[in-house]
Amino acid sequence: MSSTVLPPSSLKSDWILPSRGRVGMFSLIAAESAIFTIFVVAYIFYIGKSIAGPLPKDVLDLPIFTTVCLLSSSLTIHLAVKSLRNANVRAFGIWWFLTLILGAIFLAGTGREWHQLIFEKGLTISTNLFGTTYYSLVGLHAFHVTVGLLGITVAMILTVRGKVKPSHAERVDVFSLYWHFVDVVWVVVFTVVYVIGR
Amino acid sequence: MSSESIALSSAGHGALSVGERLHGWITTVDHKRLGILYIVYSLIFLVIGGVEATIMRIQLIVPHNHFVSPEVFNRMFTMHGTTMIFFVAMPILFGFGTYLIPLMIGARDMAFPRLNALSFWLTAFGGLLLYFSFIGGNGLYGAGNAPDVGWFAYAPLTSRAFSVGHSTDFWSLALLVSGIGSIGTAVNFIATIISMRCPGMTLGKMPLLAWLNLVMAGMVILAVSPLTAAQIMLSIDRYLGGHFFDTQAGGSAVLWMHFFWIFGHPEVYILVIPCFAFASEIIPVFSRKPIFGYPVMVAATIAIAFISMSVWAHHMFTVGMSSYGNTFFTVTTMIIAIPTGIKIFNWIGTMWGGKIQFKAPMLFCVAFLFQFLIAGLTGIMLSASPFNWQLSGSYFVVAHFHYVIVGAILFTIFGAFYYWFPKMSGRMYHETLAQWHFWLFVLGFHLTFDFMHIPGLLGMPRRIYTYEPGRGWEIWNLLVTIGVFFQAAAILLFVGNLLWSMYRGAPAGNDPWDAWTLEWSTTSPPPDYDFATIPVIESRRPLWDLKHPEDPDWKYE
Repeated sequence: MSSTVLPPSSLKSDWILPSRGRVGMFSLIAAESAIFTIFVVAYIFYIGKSIAGPLPKDVLDLPIFTTVCLLSSSLTIHLAVKSLRNANVRAFGIWWFLTLILGAIFLAGTGREWHQLIFEKGLTISTNLFGTTYYSLVGLHAFHVTVGLLGITVAMILTVRGKVKPSHAERVDVFSLYWHFVDVVWVVVFTVVYVIGR
Repeated sequence: MSSESIALSSAGHGALSVGERLHGWITTVDHKRLGILYIVYSLIFLVIGGVEATIMRIQLIVPHNHFVSPEVFNRMFTMHGTTMIFFVAMPILFGFGTYLIPLMIGARDMAFPRLNALSFWLTAFGGLLLYFSFIGGNGLYGAGNAPDVGWFAYAPLTSRAFSVGHSTDFWSLALLVSGIGSIGTAVNFIATIISMRCPGMTLGKMPLLAWLNLVMAGMVILAVSPLTAAQIMLSIDRYLGGHFFDTQAGGSAVLWMHFFWIFGHPEVYILVIPCFAFASEIIPVFSRKPIFGYPVMVAATIAIAFISMSVWAHHMFTVGMSSYGNTFFTVTTMIIAIPTGIKIFNWIGTMWGGKIQFKAPMLFCVAFLFQFLIAGLTGIMLSASPFNWQLSGSYFVVAHFHYVIVGAILFTIFGAFYYWFPKMSGRMYHETLAQWHFWLFVLGFHLTFDFMHIPGLLGMPRRIYTYEPGRGWEIWNLLVTIGVFFQAAAILLFVGNLLWSMYRGAPAGNDPWDAWTLEWSTTSPPPDYDFATIPVIESRRPLWDLKHPEDPDWKYE
């Protein structure tokens, strides 16, 4: 069977398949969506089931400003990717830095909210069902923001050191998909925790 | 391909020391080596899980036996179930997928080779974590070693009050860690199959193995993630004092059941779909006919994947759902038999009128067809909720799902072993020994799992460590346990055959089965780069086209 050689017949030069980075990231996003779905279902299932206080309507305030910051960062990261595609590394750096700042503001806002809840309003993860589900769901999202910010910081350092080239646009684009996903999840979490659950 | 193979640095392979070779295996990102690592790792756990099963069966061989204590018995069924599902069945199938998918779609490696290595080592580490509980499970409390909460670990058994020590934490972490590894593998499978196919291989011309693994990977993404989420919640309950599954604080034990079975039932299909893939590759080659109804096979697989996401609560009929819930899950469970039946007809249609060669891989696949049919029939019996109320939690259920997992899944895995062993090792296995393995295993399997249905019908509950004499269960339990020894002997023959053939088997050549998919076009074992030149294909059976230029497949597809 040593003659089993395939003939290089009619080589298809127009053979283009989807980018593996994008396919991989979309698959990861599907998996993450399933994880968040379970946490959201648990949150909704346990709304109003706590047998002791404090309750959401007593302690939660709408985090409007930080939400605006996080959602705006989707726009800035989009503009950053667009700049890099147009080979404008400088504009990329500026938009990327703005994304980093906006994400950091959001995370700081969550930290401040948790600090108030724990030390002023006496709500911890073990206080009641609301505390358990709230800290888990918001914490899972904050964890994803943190991971995203680490990635953004690494790329920022590389940009400052002049290592980012227009040829990296594809990778940055794939990363931005993750960041958009984190923003979309926040829309769901915001709706469930601060609108429906309050 | 062999005529133009490239001389890489592997020329001085024989001169490597043991340490260097070990270093090579540990740091490898090659899909073939990682595939073999997965498979060897699972075989080790298969033996461990088998020993645990044997301990349980020895305990149950006669009434009032004192072979092990009730506590040890509980640990054995927990570890047996967890090991077999998470550290044998899944990694062995991932191993075959990792090894075969790039070869069958004409790629040189997976889409993300380093993610591939990470996924394997996460899975491996998960298995070690689970078994570390034998050493570390005592913790500071001095109670319990291995987890004893059952493989589905219902609340409140897993709460701090009822699971003292760390054994349940090791169980939870092991599943969390290996679950992340599984998700990584699934992402890799999807990206590889979508983005790495060789020129000409449109989705409609992919080997069925690639198609079915694509569907399986999609299911892993949607089904294993909920388990990961549930394990995070369980850890929050146990470590941070959360109340997800704590009924005293308003939490719900039933929620854990839902979350577990949203994973648990699709998991069965995650395991069986790659086995369908093996059967879909082996049966045509040994019937000397192309697969019958390729598009219908793909459609049926996707239908199974969809429906299997909405059947989970048939594990929970006895919990007390509404009559609408019961009806819904009864109906969906029965509907899933339709696409499954279509597949069985397709395999029979492939064999119909073919020139069947009963080599070991084919024998295992034919047995799979019969046994999977019976497993499906008892599944339909159990899907009827009134019948289920009677038999849920009995040995009838245990017999049913072992019929699926051993009779269908393990049988096709053995078939796949014999079919691809020549490709992986470059040597043929010993056919006579393989036939002995087959017949011994068929005998043992049917002794054990046919007769296991009967004590279930007679009311014997699962997970009891002993039973009273005089209920008519004794003879059946005796027969069931005797079957185990036949199975164990068969497994010994199997492992012995593999080891012997690895060093002494006859050289296999590139294509010992006169098969048609791309993995048989390269050398056995394949070189590091798989293909010296990336193949270009015209039909579903590229090697047929090559061997029969006067009558190629692409004229008809």
